[in-house]
Amino acid sequence: MFDISPTEWTAIQLSLRVAIVATLIATPLGIAVAWLLARRDFWGKSAVDALIHLPLVLPPVVTGYLLLLTFGKRGLLGAWLADHLGIVFAFRWTGAALACGVMSFPLLVRPIRLSIEAVDRRLEQAAGTLGAAPWQVFLTITLPLALPGVLAGMVLGFAKAIGEFGATITFVSNIPGETQTISSAIYSLIQTPDGDTAALRLVVVSIAIAMTALVASEAFARRATRRLHGN
Amino acid sequence: MLRVDVSKQLGEFSIEASFISEGRVTGLFGASGAGKTSLINMIAGLLRPDRGTIAVDTETLDDTSVHIHIPAYRRRIGYVFQDARLFPHLDVRQNLDYGRRMNRLADDAAQRARVMDLLDIGGLLDRRPGKLSGGERQRVALGRALLAQPRLLLLDEPLGSLDEERKVEILPYLVRLRDEAGIPMVYVSHDPDEMRQLATQIVMLKRGRVTAFGGPEVLPATSSPA
Repeated sequence: MFDISPTEWTAIQLSLRVAIVATLIATPLGIAVAWLLARRDFWGKSAVDALIHLPLVLPPVVTGYLLLLTFGKRGLLGAWLADHLGIVFAFRWTGAALACGVMSFPLLVRPIRLSIEAVDRRLEQAAGTLGAAPWQVFLTITLPLALPGVLAGMVLGFAKAIGEFGATITFVSNIPGETQTISSAIYSLIQTPDGDTAALRLVVVSIAIAMTALVASEAFARRATRRLHGN
Repeated sequence: MLRVDVSKQLGEFSIEASFISEGRVTGLFGASGAGKTSLINMIAGLLRPDRGTIAVDTETLDDTSVHIHIPAYRRRIGYVFQDARLFPHLDVRQNLDYGRRMNRLADDAAQRARVMDLLDIGGLLDRRPGKLSGGERQRVALGRALLAQPRLLLLDEPLGSLDEERKVEILPYLVRLRDEAGIPMVYVSHDPDEMRQLATQIVMLKRGRVTAFGGPEVLPATSSPA
């Protein structure tokens, strides 16, 4: 039962790579967006908010298809990126990471935004009177105090990214070794005769990864909270 | 020298205040709701006046007629809040060092020793703000503001959240600060006794207007809050 085949290993490694890259690239962007939504009023703010949450409510297939139209080989941005920067998303693992990043973005942003909103603005004011410019206030006060939320957002985003299926398979298909993640591998195996045992193995692996992420995030959050409240 | 001539509408409430003070400690005196905090928030740059000017010595910090508004972080005006506002994720040492780091000032061990000595906070350095008493917190907040080397120090009822015993504990430090630190201060309070002990000039505020200006003799005679 626990003899994991090379194809399955490839799918596991690819899933981890896709989810880690998606989370690491989405996090700084997510912090910036969360800060804007929490601390700034600007024209079109509710539109930005809605746009970020769209992947949460749209059918994943629709998001995947929109990504294909935009970032595909003949897509608006896809063609330009391929010609000028040599970045190709279509049917590559990078495309899977993009799809996972977009799908997990709302889950990543939300806890970060809430924790930034919870930071006492009077502390930020005090930092200002001590000579800290707004960017220094952000780096030395707001971000460290919001750290538990940032970690929570990263774990949620990672968990979503590693399980993403609909948008990924629509955008980059299901190519073993390139775009076949754990989810799409399970999907393929279920449709193959005698694939049940292999599918089950991958299910166990998924559960293990998810549990590890949750336990790690709990530990991080506990440590961060302890650090904040001084021990 | 501190020159203030501002007006500000805050909902139903309006402030129209004008005074020039040369005193070492300018006392802003008035009942709660008189506009004291709004006024020093304007001096600090945290609140923008609708109209008017604010100047410290020869530098204009606000002048609405020519759209000058220097942001708080470039004013070098220290502020001690009623609720201390120490940074909970930093220990006392890091809190004290914060202003120096942000202003990229050279490390001045002699100055630090002097301030820690003046306020008796040398023994608290490794503690977190959560582990300090109210009086200790307020002393650290004073030290933190002083070590940023401000040219003016604002104190908004720094004894307001403390009980009588703690007030008696902190007041001597404030007197020492006035006599030894050499930084002009604006002291906000509704307590005439505190004012008499600290302030050299009094600005009396009532419903957003200056009703009296002068030496401590303009304060009400009774010790009950105005």
